[in-house]
Amino acid sequence: MKILVAVKRVIDYNVKVRVKADLTDVELANTKMGLNPFCEIAVEEAIRLKEKGVATEVVVVSIGNKASQEQLRTALALGADRGILIETEQVVDSLSVAKLLQAVVLEEKPELVILGKQSIDSDNGQTGQMLAALAGMPQATFASELTIADGQAIVVREVDGGLQTLELNLPAVVTTDLRLNEPRYASLPNIMKAKRKPLDVKTPEALGVDLKCYLKVIKVEPPTERQSGIVVESIGELVTKLKNEAKVIG
Amino acid sequence: MTILVIAEHDNVELKPVTLNVIQAATEVAKVTGKEIEVLVAGFDCRAVADQAVKANGIGKVLLVDDEAYSSQLAESMSSLIIKIAAKYSHILAPASTSGKNFMPRVAALLDVAQISEIISVESENTFKRPIYAGNAIATVQSGDTKKVMTVRGTAFNPVDSNEHSIVEIVGVETPDVEKNTGSRHVADELVSTDRPELTSARVVISGGRGMANGDNFKLLDGIADKLGAAVGASRAAVDAGFVSNDMQVGQTGKIVAPELYIAVGISGAIQHLAGMKDSKVIVAINKDEDAPIFSVADYGVVIDLFEALPLFEQEL
Ligand SMILES: Cc1cc2nc3c(=O)[nH]c(=O)nc-3n(C[C@H](O)[C@H](O)[C@H](O)COP(=O)(O)OP(=O)(O)OC[C@H]3O[C@@H](n4cnc5c(N)ncnc54)[C@H](O)[C@@H]3O)c2cc1C
Repeated sequence: MKILVAVKRVIDYNVKVRVKADLTDVELANTKMGLNPFCEIAVEEAIRLKEKGVATEVVVVSIGNKASQEQLRTALALGADRGILIETEQVVDSLSVAKLLQAVVLEEKPELVILGKQSIDSDNGQTGQMLAALAGMPQATFASELTIADGQAIVVREVDGGLQTLELNLPAVVTTDLRLNEPRYASLPNIMKAKRKPLDVKTPEALGVDLKCYLKVIKVEPPTERQSGIVVESIGELVTKLKNEAKVIG
Repeated sequence: MTILVIAEHDNVELKPVTLNVIQAATEVAKVTGKEIEVLVAGFDCRAVADQAVKANGIGKVLLVDDEAYSSQLAESMSSLIIKIAAKYSHILAPASTSGKNFMPRVAALLDVAQISEIISVESENTFKRPIYAGNAIATVQSGDTKKVMTVRGTAFNPVDSNEHSIVEIVGVETPDVEKNTGSRHVADELVSTDRPELTSARVVISGGRGMANGDNFKLLDGIADKLGAAVGASRAAVDAGFVSNDMQVGQTGKIVAPELYIAVGISGAIQHLAGMKDSKVIVAINKDEDAPIFSVADYGVVIDLFEALPLFEQEL
C-alpha cells in the first residue's frame, strides 16, 4: 500500500507571532520555521504503518516556496521514501492546495492520504476534507487511532462529545489529531541519508491547476490585549474579590 | 437568495451553539435583508426541529429525517447540503468537530472557499477570523457567490428561543442525494456528565499537568459543583491520560469564553491561551510566579494547588 502524506512549512509552534506595522500580514522574516506539528504526526503514522509492513511506500508532498524543501527533508529523515515539492511563491488557499493534492493523488494513486487536521498558521482545518471531496474519497478527520485491516481503515476520531469510530473503504483520507502518536526525532545518520532520497520539484502549471485566490486577506490586526491583573495574597482574598469586585460568583 | 444555518444536534436535542450561529446569520441578514432558514438533518430528529422553530429571527426550519443522516457523516451531510445549496448565498455551521468535518467538503464540492471560525460579520462578504492561535485577527473577503463558513460560537451571543414565535417546519425529501457508500459509523464513546457543556458554561475550571494525576481532578469537582462550572483541561493533562479528550481547551481543542475561567496548574502556553483568553474574568492558580498564565489573569494566586483547592472549596 502506498501512503501519501501532505506536509506544510509553518512558523515554529513556540514562536508568538507579531503583526506587521502596516497590518498586511504577520512578521515572518527571520522567524523560526518548522514542520507543522499535525503534519509531523501524519508522517509518523505513515512510517509506523510501513514499519508494521502495512505500507510499502511513503511519499511526502508539500506546496510552498523553495524553502519547503527543508520540511520535506525532515519528513524524509523521519523515514518517508521520497518527496514532491509543488513549488510556488504564491500564498495558496486551502481549496487550491486541495486541487494540487488531488492532481498528485491522480498521478500517485495512493491508497491512503494522511494530513494534519489543521496548520497552526492559518488555523483553517480544511484541506483534508476538501481533498476527500474532490477525490471522491471517504474521510476521517481528527484521528486518534488508525488501523488498517481487510482493505479498510478503522479510525477512532476525537469529537466534541468524546470518541467516534468509523470504518472507511480505501482509498481514504485521514487527518491527524494530537493523540494519534508521538513523533520520533530524526537520527543523525537518517538526516544524512535523507539528503540522498529523491525529491521531485513540480509546478502548479505542470499539474494543470490554476491558483485562484478564493479568499482575500484585506487586513491583519493584533488581537485586543488583556489588561494585566493583580496577584492576590490568599485564596480567601481571591474569593472576596471574585464576589465583590468582579461579581462573577454569588 | 437566503441564508442557511445547519443545526447542531444529536437527533434528540438542539445544541445551544446553533443559537449563536443563528445570531451570526442574523448579522448577515441585517446587511442583506435576507431570510434565514435552519436545516435539521438527522434521523428520528423531529424533536430537534420542534426546538429549532422557537429560535428568534428565522423564517423556517427544513427537516430532513432519514437514516442516511443518523450520525451526520461528512460524506452524507455534504452531499445533502450541495443538493439544496442553489438558493442560498450564505451557509453557516458551528465550528464544532461536526461543522469542521463536513463544511470544507461542502465548499470544495461547490468550488468555493470555506471561511473557518468567523468571529465577526463586517459585511455581506467580509468577515473576521483568528489566525496563528488567535495572535492575529484577519479580515477576509470572499469573492465567491456562496459563502460557506463555520462560526465560533463564543464570539456571538445566542439568539433568544421564544415559545411564541413558532415558524413552519418543512419536510424535505431527498431521493436524489448521492448515497455514502465509503464510510460507516461503528461506535460512539461519548462522555456523559451532569455538568454544563464546556463551550457554553458560565464558569469553567480547568486543570493542567500540575494536577499530577486523574484522581486529583476530584479536587476540582467540589468547586465545580458549588459554582455550577464545567471542568476543562490543558493538552498536557489530556495527553497524560488524566482526563478525556473532550475536555481539552485551546487552539486545537475547545474554545471557551465563560464569565469566569479558573486555570489550575496550567502554565499558559500560547495554544492554551488561544482557547480561553476571551473569558471575561480569568483566575490563575499556580505555584510558579513566572508562569505566563499570570500575564492574562485578572486575579492570580501564587500557591501550591493542593493547598489552594481545598481552601477554595471551603470559602465558597
Ligand atoms: C500543535 C499543538 C497544539 C496544541 N494545542 C493545545 C491545546 O489546544 N490546548 C492546550 O492546552 N495545549 C495545547 N498544546 C500544548 C501546549 O503547547 C502546552 O504544552 C500545554 O498547554 C501545557 O499544558 P500545562 O500548562 O498543563 O502543562 P505545563 O506547561 O507543564 O504547566 C504545568 C504548570 O503547572 C504548575 N504546577 C505544577 N505543579 C503545581 C502545583 N502543585 N501547584 C500549583 N501549580 C503547579 C507549573 O508551575 C506549571 O506552570 C498544543 C501544542 C502543540 C504543539
